[in-house]
Amino acid sequence: MDDAGAPTARRRRVVHGVLLALLLLLPPAAMALGEPFYVSLATRILIMALAAASLNLILGFGGMVSFGHAAFVGIGGYVVGIAFVHAGDGSAFLGLLPGTTNGLVLLPLAMLVAGLIALPIGAVCLRTTGISFIMITLAFAQMLFYLLVSLRRYNGQDGIAVWQRSSLPWPIDLNDRVSFYYLALAVLVAFLALTHRLVGSRFGRVLRAAKDNERRARALGFHTYRYKLVAFVLAGAVAGLAGALFANATGFVGPSYLRWDRSGDLIVMVVIGGIGTLAGPALGATLLMLLEEFMPEALDGLVPGLGEHWKIFLGPILILIVLYARRGLAGLIDGVPGGALWRHLRPEPEPGKPPRRWRKRR
Amino acid sequence: MTALLHAAGLTKRFGGLVANDAVDLDVGEGEIHAVIGPNGAGKTTLLAQLSGELSPDAGSIHFGGREITAWPVAARARLGLARSFQITTILPSFTVRDNVALAVQGRERHSFKFWRNAARDPALNAPAAKALDRVGLAAHADRPAAALAHGQKRRLELAMALAMRPKLLLLDEPMAGMGGEESAEMVTLLAGLRSQAPILLVEHDMDAVFALADRITVLLHGRVIASGPPAAIRADTRVREAYLGDDAANGGA
Repeated sequence: MDDAGAPTARRRRVVHGVLLALLLLLPPAAMALGEPFYVSLATRILIMALAAASLNLILGFGGMVSFGHAAFVGIGGYVVGIAFVHAGDGSAFLGLLPGTTNGLVLLPLAMLVAGLIALPIGAVCLRTTGISFIMITLAFAQMLFYLLVSLRRYNGQDGIAVWQRSSLPWPIDLNDRVSFYYLALAVLVAFLALTHRLVGSRFGRVLRAAKDNERRARALGFHTYRYKLVAFVLAGAVAGLAGALFANATGFVGPSYLRWDRSGDLIVMVVIGGIGTLAGPALGATLLMLLEEFMPEALDGLVPGLGEHWKIFLGPILILIVLYARRGLAGLIDGVPGGALWRHLRPEPEPGKPPRRWRKRR
Repeated sequence: MTALLHAAGLTKRFGGLVANDAVDLDVGEGEIHAVIGPNGAGKTTLLAQLSGELSPDAGSIHFGGREITAWPVAARARLGLARSFQITTILPSFTVRDNVALAVQGRERHSFKFWRNAARDPALNAPAAKALDRVGLAAHADRPAAALAHGQKRRLELAMALAMRPKLLLLDEPMAGMGGEESAEMVTLLAGLRSQAPILLVEHDMDAVFALADRITVLLHGRVIASGPPAAIRADTRVREAYLGDDAANGGA
């Protein structure tokens, strides 16, 4: 949590309130317009925003650049998928656990399993920092990816079509797209509120200190490794929840969930949204998924066949955002000009003084 | 052995270089013990072993009656070993107050508390304010630590060390990069801390060392060549030859 001044905090509250109001009004508006598809798209965006927000907890506030976060999303999805397979043919997982489609079991179980797998992975990865940390998180995610590809019982590369959604108690019904949407929104808002509290708490302060200057944090008596590991496991568990919801939203789970470029997408969402900001990851997820949804079609409209190369155009957009939107899209909420490039050229303005454009370079 | 800190036979090698060669060192209650020596004498290596960032190849470290030779940094800090660094080591994105409040937080048994706002907790902020007042930074509490001037950052480090309620302060060149006036202020400040916690001081500023130290240990090529009260060190011919030079021996720096 950055120490925003009172005007910034007020402005943030207003913008967050407006965004939340718009999100609450989206389903009735879409239904009234006869475009129910948008409700489903928005649901998927909200779920990815949850996954990105969970990554932001460790990346943005703890400085842990995990390049394998999609693995935990995938694990959550596979909990739903595998349980569905066994529920379908009446068999038991490893001959022990019967299948189910009960969401009250599956959603907590997805968090538990993802968290339990994140624990040893984090315990090993957090022995390293910097590039090593990035590479070893990627390596673990790839291991899980190939493991799932090799599981013929669960259709290997082809994945599992989950055509029965998890059941949840009234009034939540995942078969009803509006109900599903509000569930996803509630979960996201709850997690962001939790993140807000957590980051400002004693625990969050130690986590931020470890990011800022780990050597100093240790010299003050904090076993930073333990704090980072707890955050890593928590982030993994929430990513698992996002995966379980995503499998329900798309009716499919496969190894592609865990592919390395999915982990990259999550990092991109956090970076363009605003690293270490509350709303940033959700904004980043929204932008990236909207571009993914609509850009190919739009490009095909211009030049037939151009659509499949849409990522060529995505790249420059991302670069522009990183360069010119300081703290990403969330920085726009705060009205902060400039980006990474700007930061390098301009010193931090002193509090109480307006930033001076002509100040000399560092 | 009644000394608070007792290091015996500390040896640290980096490849062929022997950075510390069987160094013995004591710090007692109420004492300021200075370690001096030319660049590369092994002072920072010694401090790193005492604080736990490096583990010695041989030798032992006792602190408050406990052997801590193999303890990690954080555990030693919890025991009351507070250190400042040669190169200023603060949390640049935190405010000055939050830097010190984090040090206060380090005194608590653990920080696995996930809900209550830490920045508005008087249990952390009140002791932090006291420590800041002590080093003369009270007026800067709300500024980002990165915005402080160099001398202020050095004092912030000291405030953080004080806020840990230390049993021993390990200070690595607290006067580094300071002007004459700032150094003099720091000397006054450190002299006043003697009653609070003994200090192991590594310092290049000879005026400061001779003004503060009750005892001085001289390192040369990783070895202790002399140890004793300032007057004895000043008179020691080996020290004069090896390190201080003639003008220092005559009372200059």
